[in-house]
Amino acid sequence: MPLTMAGEFSTSYLQILDESGEVDRELEPKLSDAELLRFYRAMYLSREADQRMLKMQRQGRIGTFGPGTGQEAAFCGPTFALTDKDWLLGSFREPGARFMRGEPLSTALLYYNGYEEGNALSPDKRTLPIAVIVASQTLHAVGIAYSMQYQGQKDSAALVFLGDGASSQGDFHEALNFAAVWQAPVVFVVQNNQWAISVPRSKQTHSRTIAQKAIAYDMPGIQVDGNDALAMYQATKEALARAHSGGGPTLIEAVTYRLMMHTTADDPKKYRTEKEEKDWWSKEPLVRFEKYLRDKGVLDDKAKATIEAETRQYIDEEIKKFETRTTFKPDASFDYVFGTTHAEIEKQRAEFLATLNQGGADA
Amino acid sequence: MPKINMVQAINLALRQEMAKDPNVIVLGEDVGVDGGVFRVTEGLHEQFGERRVIDTPLAESGIMGVSIGMALSGLKPVAEMQFDGFSYLMIPQLEGNASRYRSRSQGLWTVPLVVRMPYGGAVRALEHHSESREATYATFPGVKVVIPSGPRNARALLVAAIRDPDPVVFMEPKRVYRAFREDVPEEEETMEIGKAQVVQEGGDLTVISWGAMSHITRQAIDEVQKRRGAKIEHIDLLSIAPMDTDTISNSIRKTGRCVIVQEAPRSFGVSSEITARINDNVLLYLEAPVKRITNYDVVTPYFGRELKYIPDQQRIERGIEETLEF
Ligand SMILES: Cc1ncc(C[n+]2csc(CCOP(=O)(O)OP(=O)(O)O)c2C)c(N)n1
Ligand SMILES: [Mg+2]
Repeated sequence: MPLTMAGEFSTSYLQILDESGEVDRELEPKLSDAELLRFYRAMYLSREADQRMLKMQRQGRIGTFGPGTGQEAAFCGPTFALTDKDWLLGSFREPGARFMRGEPLSTALLYYNGYEEGNALSPDKRTLPIAVIVASQTLHAVGIAYSMQYQGQKDSAALVFLGDGASSQGDFHEALNFAAVWQAPVVFVVQNNQWAISVPRSKQTHSRTIAQKAIAYDMPGIQVDGNDALAMYQATKEALARAHSGGGPTLIEAVTYRLMMHTTADDPKKYRTEKEEKDWWSKEPLVRFEKYLRDKGVLDDKAKATIEAETRQYIDEEIKKFETRTTFKPDASFDYVFGTTHAEIEKQRAEFLATLNQGGADA
Repeated sequence: MPKINMVQAINLALRQEMAKDPNVIVLGEDVGVDGGVFRVTEGLHEQFGERRVIDTPLAESGIMGVSIGMALSGLKPVAEMQFDGFSYLMIPQLEGNASRYRSRSQGLWTVPLVVRMPYGGAVRALEHHSESREATYATFPGVKVVIPSGPRNARALLVAAIRDPDPVVFMEPKRVYRAFREDVPEEEETMEIGKAQVVQEGGDLTVISWGAMSHITRQAIDEVQKRRGAKIEHIDLLSIAPMDTDTISNSIRKTGRCVIVQEAPRSFGVSSEITARINDNVLLYLEAPVKRITNYDVVTPYFGRELKYIPDQQRIERGIEETLEF
């Protein structure tokens, strides 16, 4: 018997604002001037916070962190499409997204200075703590999405970020499968920044795109210019609309680039060229978004100067707030082992405190 | 003899075993071009090429699963888990298969592999980068668990682990990686897995430690000896599973007092096992209760607090003195 066609598949690519800042008028999302400025401010804050945190890290004022520089459109765009009823689950390279969900910079700084208090955003924000175990959060997103569906919270979906490296984990593939089988209201956003520490995307997956992985699970998948804030917003908006109306999950691949080191403990010179970095700097997301706003008459020099000054002031105040907090309950770790404590835990807490008082453990 | 640190010593063991045996393969996340996030595999990629030093996709279960396949068919994989806290993702393959092929096939199929991982705290790292879960791995029959404490025994034990016929979990105290140097001979040196080392003899009290705790324990012992003139025996466990009960028992017979120093949380850990074996074998020689100086049964604190929880030199000194005085 001759072979017949079992299925034919394709994956599309979306760009609305190109590298030179030219916009596709037909695809341009309808956002008000105020919304556009809010969007831009969020990306700008993320970039500036990275710069300040890098300095602080070098001075020993915070520990290791992974900058999001270059990926602001990829994580702020989708987050801008969310409402307070939607959930956000991230990994660790979406600083601007967390700020947009209400996390103060001073809290992020606490996290990067080694305090759990910095990972505690109120549950009503529907934003989960940073997930360091890559891709583990993708399954949680599916569980949350199922829960929203089960509870009849139709306006609520879960959006989950992960990296290109994380897309190699079994958890991610299991999450895609569960999501599709359950038609759960979840949006997966893979920030394909071309690198997982030193491992290039080409060693991570043989697929030409990460978006096409959606085909195997029979869900919509789209590759998006991840440095194009408008396209990232628009693709997510459509995916969320589908999720909210019972249309199930979507996979979005954001094609972007990690412009800086993996974390402050990493040296990219060991594994990639400066030319590659330079090429991607010419495609970075903030410059083209700013040009778009200026062309549109939404932003001018004066407004830009105001944003710069206000952002600087905010960052200064937040750093001060972070640095004036110098006392932390030493035995807090005993408080959160269980919801109801246990005699053995309390016995150990007493021993711990007595040891501290004896000048034992590094005070 | 050149003085080198633990990172260089482990690198030396890998380089020499790879040069000697073409079936030795190194694989893991960032182990190739980057030379590993701690630079443990530095230079191996250049020397042996990318078919023997493999930058794998980011998937710990996958790394362990393919390593089992390699080991079943004649290769000697040395897999790296980038950090302790991510190694749990490979447990289903390790426990479900690596540990069982030998017994499952009545000895016909074996899985000679090594899985290395940096472990332990006090390096100001993010969550999941500071765990001490040696006890978890030690509960899997069929799996050996080895923890070196310094450059020289790290090199010798890793050579032994690579040549071992069974799966070996090789846990490297990352706090020690660059903390100090030791003389490590260029020429081959191995140590027997399953044997503890008496690093110092003494008749008044036995202190048992392993991994990063061994170095500060030695300093604590020196302090107490100086202060009190006591003679303290120090046992470096080195092999968590199988554990060298005889060396422990012989020491207790001599000293009658024992302090165990453990970086991991207190309960269900290696110190519990040591205490049980002392009870089984030499209980009546004890002149004081066995003292455990450990972390607490809390979720590994972030680095802002962790140093308050991990045993430090003062706590160890106090524990030794209390047990001497008992
Ligand atoms: C399960 C797991 N294994 C290993 C690591 C160590 N690690 C942290 S980030 C990273 C690379 C992640 O790459 P990618 O998913 O592309 O995200 P990116 O860092 O590029 O944002 C690795 C290997 C981890 N966090 N989790
Ligand atoms: Mg990446």
